[in-house]
Amino acid sequence: MNLATLLSADLPYWAQSLLRVLGGLVAVLLPAGTVVYLFLFKMMSFMQSRLGPMEAGPQGSMQLFAEVGKWLQKEDIYPARADKFIFKLAPLIVLASTFLLVVVVPFGPDALFTNFETGVFYALAVSSVSVLGILIAGWASANKYSLLGGLRAAGQLIAYELPMVLAVVGVVIQAGTMNLQQIVVAQNAGSMFGFSSLGNPYVITQFVGFIVFMIAVQAELTQTPFDMPIAESELVSGYMTEYSGFRFLIFFIGEFATAGVFSMIASVLFLGGWAVPFSWFGWTTIDSIDNWMNIVGPLILFSKMLAVVFFIMWVRFSYPRFREDQLQKFAWKVLIPVSLANIMVTAILKVAF
Amino acid sequence: MSLLGDRQQLAYIAAQAADARVNVELETEGMTLNIGPQHPATHGTLRIIARLDGEQVLWADPSCGYMHRGYEKLTEVRSYPQVTALVNRIDWLGSFANEVPFILAAEKLMGVEAPSRAQHIRTILFELSRIANVTLFLGDLGVQLGAVTPVFFAFRDREYVLNLIEGATGGRFHPNFDRIGGLKDDLPAGFIDETRIVMKKLRGFCDQIEDLLFGNEIFQSRTRGIGVIPKDVALQYGLSGANLRASGVDWDLRRDQKLPLAYDKVDFKVITHPDGDSFARCWVRLQEVRESTRIVDQLLDTIPAGPIMAKVPKIIKVPEGEAWVSTENPLGEMGYYVVSQGDMGPFRVKIRSASFNNISITPWLLKGVYVPDIITILASLYFILGDIDR
Amino acid sequence: MVNLQKREVSPLSSTTDTPTETQRDDVRDAEIARVRAALGSSVVDSLVKPNDDMWIRVSADAWRSTGETLKSLGYTYFGFISAIDWLPSPYGRGEDDPTAPPVERSSVIKQGYAGGDTRFQVIARLVQPFTTLGINIKVDVDDSLMAIDSWSQVFAGANWHERETHEMFGIGFNGHPDLRNMYLPTDFEGHPLRKDFPLLARMVKPWPGIVDVEPLPGDDSEEEGDAS
Repeated sequence: MNLATLLSADLPYWAQSLLRVLGGLVAVLLPAGTVVYLFLFKMMSFMQSRLGPMEAGPQGSMQLFAEVGKWLQKEDIYPARADKFIFKLAPLIVLASTFLLVVVVPFGPDALFTNFETGVFYALAVSSVSVLGILIAGWASANKYSLLGGLRAAGQLIAYELPMVLAVVGVVIQAGTMNLQQIVVAQNAGSMFGFSSLGNPYVITQFVGFIVFMIAVQAELTQTPFDMPIAESELVSGYMTEYSGFRFLIFFIGEFATAGVFSMIASVLFLGGWAVPFSWFGWTTIDSIDNWMNIVGPLILFSKMLAVVFFIMWVRFSYPRFREDQLQKFAWKVLIPVSLANIMVTAILKVAF
Repeated sequence: MSLLGDRQQLAYIAAQAADARVNVELETEGMTLNIGPQHPATHGTLRIIARLDGEQVLWADPSCGYMHRGYEKLTEVRSYPQVTALVNRIDWLGSFANEVPFILAAEKLMGVEAPSRAQHIRTILFELSRIANVTLFLGDLGVQLGAVTPVFFAFRDREYVLNLIEGATGGRFHPNFDRIGGLKDDLPAGFIDETRIVMKKLRGFCDQIEDLLFGNEIFQSRTRGIGVIPKDVALQYGLSGANLRASGVDWDLRRDQKLPLAYDKVDFKVITHPDGDSFARCWVRLQEVRESTRIVDQLLDTIPAGPIMAKVPKIIKVPEGEAWVSTENPLGEMGYYVVSQGDMGPFRVKIRSASFNNISITPWLLKGVYVPDIITILASLYFILGDIDR
Repeated sequence: MVNLQKREVSPLSSTTDTPTETQRDDVRDAEIARVRAALGSSVVDSLVKPNDDMWIRVSADAWRSTGETLKSLGYTYFGFISAIDWLPSPYGRGEDDPTAPPVERSSVIKQGYAGGDTRFQVIARLVQPFTTLGINIKVDVDDSLMAIDSWSQVFAGANWHERETHEMFGIGFNGHPDLRNMYLPTDFEGHPLRKDFPLLARMVKPWPGIVDVEPLPGDDSEEEGDAS
């Protein structure tokens, strides 16, 4: 039974769309909330030898709801000289790019929003939309600090697009397809050097690509050590300085939701996505997968996402930040040549074997 | 062109003119950025007016005075014990260290020398305040550069030292413990053993910071070669403390000056670094904390018995004269030039604070650096606003 | 037991020709002789306190050359530049009862070490690094001119110190590149560290004196007895 046919047969179009919208919201906000509570509040505090929020709810679990409520009830102020329309639009653009990105992530054999043939291409293209939002936020804030932050962000985010794309090209070569669902299947149905009990997770053969991708993701999320655009000790909050209340909440959610969604994409591309190796259950093709995988698949993807986000956050709390020119040098002189070399080696090995 | 109406023609011409203007005016002007006085980076209310060309600084001008409290005027209407309480608040992170040179100057004028037990304990508290001050510097260094974790370790370990100071003097931040002729009270019971334990913990903290922060490649690339101060420039500006020693000047007022403190009874190294860049300044301070813990350990072994206060009259009138005493404070060389005309309080006190001279070098130093480097340089020079502004 | 050590302090003598019998400071005596020889007739007066410190007073027109000479003699570390206003404060310590008739205070100007002829004196300190031998240099500032040369070309660090001295005392520094206020706003009137500039807080409410004890809230019966 195909969930898609189930959805299309019995329900009218508006109900399907509503379900899709709700699914999208859950897919974006649930990782955001988990990442914020688990990693930002609790893990960061643990690493800094303190407890973190403990008051709201048991062990501070309701802190996120308390914070959301706090920001929602704040006054909507903006600088007098800010360009009002653009100022209000910028956070929405950043959040929109996250929603656009999650559309293409597969959660199960049938549990997905769309099944693009060029899923990878679409994902990388759409993740660049947030650059616009950040640049607009920096410019429209009528604040020199925000402007500096926005300009730094523009340079950095555009520079780190390239290593991300090139790192993923290696995966595409190895899988032979740009369709994310097919990449998941290729990883889990395949075998590594004839040894099939672990499938063929590309993190092992494409480890160079994985490392480059993770570094590029850290930079795309403007997390330390690449957080020059925010640079709290210099620019107060960079491009987000003038935002408060609901608008800041959107930036905040956008930052952590994007972290979650990028981690989901990383787990899909490198760690095997929503599936476990097919040889464990004797499946051969995607149609032979049992239907309960539609429930368990998202859970598996979620746990893989948490593992990847753990590393992102761990590096964030430990390292000082790069200076802007060192950042750019690192991207152009180190990451891009490394990922180009990775592509060449992958292509040669793919043809040879 | 004749197909367009009049209004459209005018609009077309206006658009062409605007384009032409932009093309002529494309030579951009620099941006003047105000860093502070409210800012997460500056240790207090320091305002730096910087003219930037993109991310490079063309010139930078610190504007102090947001915390000017008029200390030198206040000392003219206070008595000596009152001035001691005031002077605590100049460098508030290592407060006991501010009192010591002033008390020594007053004792010089009176011709009184504190008993050796008091001198010894003064030195112990002096070094403890140095440790309290510089551990915060080490933690704050991380925050300025983006590493948010070391500062929590620094505050956690600094609490131990503050507890010690509170146990001995009654005040964590403002002990107000020194008196002309000695100290207010003797040490509490258990102080010596407790201090030994704390010193061991602090050495562990120094190792932690060295691993976490100083060994980090990003930290090194952010601080090496940034803000190099040559030796002769440092001497001309009157830089002092770790800033001077990091430029290769082997000069420490504890070793090279004879004062009634117990430094001649202990063995300690004076650490210098030849580079003179930000990394050198940070590294020298880290090593100095380690040396301070060893100094305290040696001092704890040899506290002499005896009275804690010399015989001085209840109401102190200091005879006429002028005296200058300067010590190696946590921030640098702090000195007091006390002019007395036989009254209950000083006639004029000139407070020579270390950070004033340390920051006077920034207009020269900040030319041509990037904006993030401003923060690195200020963090490595290390100032306290109360010290600059008095 | 009492552990009192009184150090012999030489009297406020003007010259170094009469050291006391108890202590001699050969190092400082030799230094002062070397400095006097190098500066020649600019030195008006000098003082050595044995095992303590050195003072010299130079004439105002030789102020800058004094700085250059001392720098070449090895005093390369810049300590500070400030000023002293020798006028006794007409407000005392701010402890006068405002209802009583004003107190008559002496306004005799009495300078300190190495003497002086004027109300304002600029004092600078230079140190020899490594030996920590320091010298305090005083100079009289003429009351009508209220200006001396600037040391900012000789010691770069003098820039900020002279700015502060200028705003606090009103002493001009000829040749200073940028003599604006250091701490106070640009339109501040007056020079705070002068003795005739009142400390406003004490004008408004005089200091009650050394012993200032309020009775505790519960001691009402005793308070009625000795109302003051």
